[in-house]
Amino acid sequence: MLTFVGLGLYDDSDISVKGLACIAAADFVYLESYTSRLMGASVEDLERRYQKPVRLLFRKDVELHADTILKAAADSNVAFLVAGDPMVATTHVDLRIRAEERGISTSIIHGASIASAVCGLTGLQNYRFGKSCSLPFPQKNWFPITPMEVIVKNIAQNLHTLVYLDIREERFMTIPEAIDLLETLAGKMQAAIPLYVGVARAGSEMPVVAAGMADKIREIDFGPPLHIIAVPGELHEMERRYLELFAGL
Amino acid sequence: MTRGKKTVERVVELMKDPKHIRNIGIVAHIDHGKTTLSDNLLAGAGIISEELAGKQLFMDSDEEEQARGITIDASNVSMVHEYEGQEYLINMIDTPGHVDFGGDVTRAMRAVDGAVVLVDAVEGTMPQTETVLRQALKEQVRPVLFINKVDRLINELKVDEMEMQIRLGKVIDKVNKLIKGMNEEAYNKGWKLDAAQGTVAFGSALYNWAISVPFMKKSGISFKEVYQKCREGDMKYLAKKSPLSEVVLDMVVHHLPDPLDAQPRRVNVIWHGDKESKEGKAMLACDPKGPVALMVTDISFDPHAGEVATGRLFSGSLKRGDSLYVMGTAKKENRLQQVGIFMGPKRVEVEEIVAGNIAAVTGLKDAIVGSTVSTLLEVTPFESLKHYSEPVMTVAVEAKNMKDLPKLVEVLRQVAKEDPTLGIAINEETGEHLISGMGELHLEIITGRIKRDKGVEIVTSEPIVVYRETITGKVESVEGKSPNRHNRFYFDLEPLPDEIVNLIKSGEVSMNQQNLERRDVLIKAGMDKDEAKNVKDIKGTNILIDMTKGIQYLNETMELIIEGIHEALAGGPLADEPVQNLKMRLVDVKLHEDAIHRGPAQVIPAVRAAIKGGMLLAGDSLLEPVQKIQITVPMEQMGAATSQIQGRRGQVFDMQSEGDTITVVGKAPVAELFGFAGDIRSATEGRAMWNTEFSGFELVPNNMVKDVVIAIRKRKGLKEQMPTPSDYLAG
Repeated sequence: MLTFVGLGLYDDSDISVKGLACIAAADFVYLESYTSRLMGASVEDLERRYQKPVRLLFRKDVELHADTILKAAADSNVAFLVAGDPMVATTHVDLRIRAEERGISTSIIHGASIASAVCGLTGLQNYRFGKSCSLPFPQKNWFPITPMEVIVKNIAQNLHTLVYLDIREERFMTIPEAIDLLETLAGKMQAAIPLYVGVARAGSEMPVVAAGMADKIREIDFGPPLHIIAVPGELHEMERRYLELFAGL
Repeated sequence: MTRGKKTVERVVELMKDPKHIRNIGIVAHIDHGKTTLSDNLLAGAGIISEELAGKQLFMDSDEEEQARGITIDASNVSMVHEYEGQEYLINMIDTPGHVDFGGDVTRAMRAVDGAVVLVDAVEGTMPQTETVLRQALKEQVRPVLFINKVDRLINELKVDEMEMQIRLGKVIDKVNKLIKGMNEEAYNKGWKLDAAQGTVAFGSALYNWAISVPFMKKSGISFKEVYQKCREGDMKYLAKKSPLSEVVLDMVVHHLPDPLDAQPRRVNVIWHGDKESKEGKAMLACDPKGPVALMVTDISFDPHAGEVATGRLFSGSLKRGDSLYVMGTAKKENRLQQVGIFMGPKRVEVEEIVAGNIAAVTGLKDAIVGSTVSTLLEVTPFESLKHYSEPVMTVAVEAKNMKDLPKLVEVLRQVAKEDPTLGIAINEETGEHLISGMGELHLEIITGRIKRDKGVEIVTSEPIVVYRETITGKVESVEGKSPNRHNRFYFDLEPLPDEIVNLIKSGEVSMNQQNLERRDVLIKAGMDKDEAKNVKDIKGTNILIDMTKGIQYLNETMELIIEGIHEALAGGPLADEPVQNLKMRLVDVKLHEDAIHRGPAQVIPAVRAAIKGGMLLAGDSLLEPVQKIQITVPMEQMGAATSQIQGRRGQVFDMQSEGDTITVVGKAPVAELFGFAGDIRSATEGRAMWNTEFSGFELVPNNMVKDVVIAIRKRKGLKEQMPTPSDYLAG
């Protein structure tokens, strides 16, 4: 039995009661650490809360050595923990397919997702988001323009875009870094982004939300990670008022 | 030395006038007397004393060269020669004849416009005469012929006057046959050698005399007189009456082209950029006012000045302080520190060097041998230097003392810069570095140089043979999955036809070419039109073709696909040896919607797995380097000679007797040739003359493949079993 458990947004107390019960009944508990992170709690905090050992998994453990997880799930109960809501970072779809193909029963216990939290923190309406995209750290020979293409298309249709920022083992992209990259891409493609909304540490007691043009946002101290950006289309009156009150527009 | 100084002034004067410049190389088989000829030419031009010439081996500036009595590196010198009342500047490059150093010849031919082909009158043309001549013609370098050691013909073989003329005629015919076979167009257009025209001279480099038909007319000396004086041993008379340097340099000035004449022809072959561009026009015209186009053909290290880059300046001018850019690097500004020319081992600084000359400069930090250097930030680079031989043997080297570890890495980088035919793999983690070269001798010289010149104590392993991998069959639509399994790449693999492999090797097909030009050459060679226009990458003799249409996001993923391909080609699935002659068609791609899920960590392993797994499905095979061997022995030693080839998994395919000697020609795998030098010596009581030459890669016999593969895998620390496709394509 393999259960994907969403941990919610920020720390060890964001998990659902159902999720906690699942962990209590599990023989093995794995925590995936590469699609998102629970910034407000360490592995030790989680172990203390669950009263059991938690094994941390890196990308290669899941992608290249999924066998270990699947073998455990074949004859015992495995809880596979993911920050946020498990299937939002599409990649775990693969693990569930593999498990099902081997005759292992699977289920999902959902958690709060940044995708909906952003709507709450910014007032941007859930109905008006177009395709979302991730913004990766550029690497040698690789600086994809896809994120900018997505934003440009959404703006043309008057839709908002949610831009997920890259997470590396010891490096989290910040809002100012992301704005530098997006402005570079915008320059290349001769496009312009009129407004940004930055959100830091959604789900924590002290989230920071700020809206404005690139130069203004770049100067704001958003504090520690995780960060995310929304690029709005044309604002509805209610959206504008909300941003004025809660995001300093 | 006052004369030497004066020469410099005259050289500087003449450098500005391309019409009166000749850039030449001397090429020959080993021991046919190249360095002796060069020295006597220098003596004639007053650069070294006449007494010393022939003994001093002035051009052999490396200690190792003087000790072994052979030339290892190409050396440069500039000198002045007067012809019909006009002074000419001759920039000359002496090149090595031993095949292990073939790379130097290739480089030298890039720098020059004409070549003096030197052939021993007694031995006639030899395998390396053929190799170097081919290199010259390939680069559109025009040849003239000097037949050396004529005195031996007369005094040792005692041939009469009549016979001598027949023998010399035979040598000329043989060289002409070679030229015709290699470049019939040039041969018909006047590159055929003809003694009556003056494109052939004869003589003795050692005794410092030569004759040619035009010179006989000019000086009044007759063939009969030459024959008699030589017979009598009055070499001094001949050297006075018909001096070597005058005869040979007259021939050079009269028959070899100046840069203005040569460059339009040569630039067409060695540069595939837009001929209508600013730099294209300047190169064709050898324009000193155009943008700089410098092709680096040599890098050496001067203990005082540091790295010295030597190269041919095809357009523009070089002055101290000029800012230049090296193509294919990060485009950082390189500032020229010294600008000079070579006078043998000495470098002389000059004010300015203009197009058409061979320049020696310091300050080009980013340049390596083969680099294109320009004042422009972006120009099409020159065709890369093609070597007719490939590295076939590797040694591992380690520093003897821990404290030398960092120095060894630096020295290896230097050695790699100096000799581009070397393959160097630096492994800073294990400290065990690999040097690959053309043969045992080549590697001995290089490791010797590291110890002696660079002062680093090293330990070397036994040499190891370099293998290749290629496929013998086809496979369609092999699927490579990314680790997250959201991205899929589908390839067809098949062997690349020989015609196309040859076009890549000769530089007629490359990624530097304009797309349309490349497409046309490929279609002419029989490639499908759709394939020919979609070539995305050429690496070694492997080619990647994108047959997909309209796949979203493929564009921003292509660089990563190419990286994955390069990783697979660097080490094939069988034994992690380089891959050759592979045609890869990308036929379909599935990509994740979001960029972050199709980055380098996903795409590169997926592509690598598809190629490696696909190669195993398509009959991946191991190839080994094979050398052509030629052994000349007295008749009664024939059996010993043939058994030395046959006993090494070799084949004998030709035997020719001449007088009481016989020449056995055959081939054998490099893997069986260790210790050949010693064995052939003892088998024939030291009476064999022999040489070897790279002849290509051939399939390892079926019954040996498994053993060889397992042995290589063991050495490299890979799993000691034959790999299967599922090792790469699992899941």
